[in-house]
Amino acid sequence: MTTTQPHGRPEGPGAAITLTGVSRRFGDAVAVANLDLELAQGEFFALLGPSGCGKTTTLRMVGGFELPTTGRIRLAGVDVTALPPHKRDVNTVFQSYALFPHLTVLENVTFGLRRSGVAKAEAVRRSEEYLELVGLSGYGRRRPAQLSGGQQQRVALARALVNHPKVLLLDEPMGALDAKIRKSMQLELKRIQREVGITFLYVTHDQSEAMSMSDRLAVMNAGLIEDLGTPQRVYDRPATQFVAEFLGTCNIIPVTTDASGARLPDGNLVEADGQPAPTGAGWKVGIRPEKLDLAPAGTAGAGPNRTTATVTEVTYLGASTEAQLTTPWGGRLQAYRQNAGADTMLRPGDEVDVSWRASQCFFLPPAPGDAVPAETAAPDHEEAA
Amino acid sequence: MTTVDTSAIPVAGRGGASASRRAAPYLLAFVGAAWLVVLFLVPLISGLLVSLMTGNPEQGYALTWNWAIYRDVIAGGNVPYLLFLGRALFYGATATVLTIVIGYPMAYFIAFRVSQRWKTPLLSLVMISFLVSFVLRINMWKFLLGNDGPVISALHALPFVPADFHILGTSAAVIGTMTYNDLAFMVLPIYVALERIDPSLHEAARDLYGHRRSVFLRVTLPLSRAGIFSGILLVFIDCAGDPVNSQIMGGTGTTVIGQAIQTAYLTNQQYNVAAALSTILMVALGIILFAYARVFGTDNIEDLV
Repeated sequence: MTTTQPHGRPEGPGAAITLTGVSRRFGDAVAVANLDLELAQGEFFALLGPSGCGKTTTLRMVGGFELPTTGRIRLAGVDVTALPPHKRDVNTVFQSYALFPHLTVLENVTFGLRRSGVAKAEAVRRSEEYLELVGLSGYGRRRPAQLSGGQQQRVALARALVNHPKVLLLDEPMGALDAKIRKSMQLELKRIQREVGITFLYVTHDQSEAMSMSDRLAVMNAGLIEDLGTPQRVYDRPATQFVAEFLGTCNIIPVTTDASGARLPDGNLVEADGQPAPTGAGWKVGIRPEKLDLAPAGTAGAGPNRTTATVTEVTYLGASTEAQLTTPWGGRLQAYRQNAGADTMLRPGDEVDVSWRASQCFFLPPAPGDAVPAETAAPDHEEAA
Repeated sequence: MTTVDTSAIPVAGRGGASASRRAAPYLLAFVGAAWLVVLFLVPLISGLLVSLMTGNPEQGYALTWNWAIYRDVIAGGNVPYLLFLGRALFYGATATVLTIVIGYPMAYFIAFRVSQRWKTPLLSLVMISFLVSFVLRINMWKFLLGNDGPVISALHALPFVPADFHILGTSAAVIGTMTYNDLAFMVLPIYVALERIDPSLHEAARDLYGHRRSVFLRVTLPLSRAGIFSGILLVFIDCAGDPVNSQIMGGTGTTVIGQAIQTAYLTNQQYNVAAALSTILMVALGIILFAYARVFGTDNIEDLV
């Protein structure tokens, strides 16, 4: 997580973009349900979620390619809900890049400027500036087909940025790149965003992409935003089980509640810093695998936030070791340990005491109909082949 | 297809199997090559040779390398062959332009404005007239537009239509039926080209401040150029050499080169003249199409304008 300047929730008039009560229905299907969202000026905001969660539909509504069924969209305070794309001060980097194959790289980049009435010489000058920004100076006379995937993406970025939009929309721009280029493009994109200072709305289903680049992110599921905040906050204190499991791996243990607080199935108390003990049925507690402390059985002492378990499987991964544990009530836990030396090796069959700090676990409210795992969600209608 | 890289195919044995594999591309090309030689090259050469013969229908023709026939056909003689050729090219060009003007919106409509399940039925409608022989169809037009036909009769009932107004026998009638006959040859290639355009390119153009007109002129039209190009080839070649439309729909003032060739060959039995005219027509079309392909067929059309 390289979050440099976590933004607070922005204030109304200074917001780059405001969505109020926006929803979109396709026939009977609800793609986006009553969405409220506000992006600050110059913010890098990631909209994260599985296929079909409504994130791309949201992006397309901001871009003007879909009309919201209800709600208003404001751009720097101005209502643009019903404006066509060419009248919005917003530009998009498309998933497939959508570069014009019949035009040169330079002509692609000047396209927007020329259409908005900038004189040719000036458009060329500015476009060359932006081609340089994305590291493609000297490529102006080539055709998109003569460029690699990564280069095409940079052209798409320059083509959108050169117009100085109020907000830049990015629709899974890394989707077609291979893993290695993707990593370097992430750093590059973050650098470019900082340099130009334009608000980025970045749609992705890749949680590591969203976490490494964004100032804030929102996790969407089934048309709703389930959680919104800095990557660190959302990872450390996810609002729902879906968010906890979508962002990385998470141990989820059901808890029972009584007057004294929340208890694990084996009767031990659970406490989470800053969260009052829940009341009612269906609550769960979540703990990240790297936050679990493992100690030989009987050495951990007493208190809340602990239990015992049997090691069932140990996977050595070089930098860390991954252990699968079974609890007395038959639950399964995952624990990661850094291989920093000193530690005794775990072996399958070992009895261990498992504990964690109250600051590192979080209560999760009962999900309606239990959370849907990411893999089984309906495919995005806009997912390109 | 003859450039298949057989070296990439793992060879199982060193014997006959690999030899036949190496020969496979040539065998595949053989049918096409034989087709070209027998049905294109041989007639071409024999046509050229026939044009250089002299003689008459009674005593037969003999090859005398009479190159002067070309000069006679173009410059001398009492039949204005050059006029017929020019007229055929003009009719063909006009009909081609008309098919674009009528066919492009049709193709555009089917490609972009119609839901998926209506596309095939509408394309079938475009082609449905091919189910009837085109000679029959033109004769039906002749009946409809004839001087005693329903259209002219109805028009004559109007006060401002002159009494001698007619359609049959005019250049307009010939060009009109050419356009009608070949419309599908223009619609289909344009439709295919439009259908292949990635919809996100239209969205990108709109996103980059292009309003309807500039999206069409700067993105849709240039990207459908290949379809227009193929359509022009099909329609222009077909119309420029066609004798039937003019024969049925035209009159004395609409004679085209195709008719002249037919008359020379069938009526006058001047085989050498007919062959010379065919060769001239072919060379003329070849030069036009070559020049056209050089100018518009390049990948960089926008570099030329």
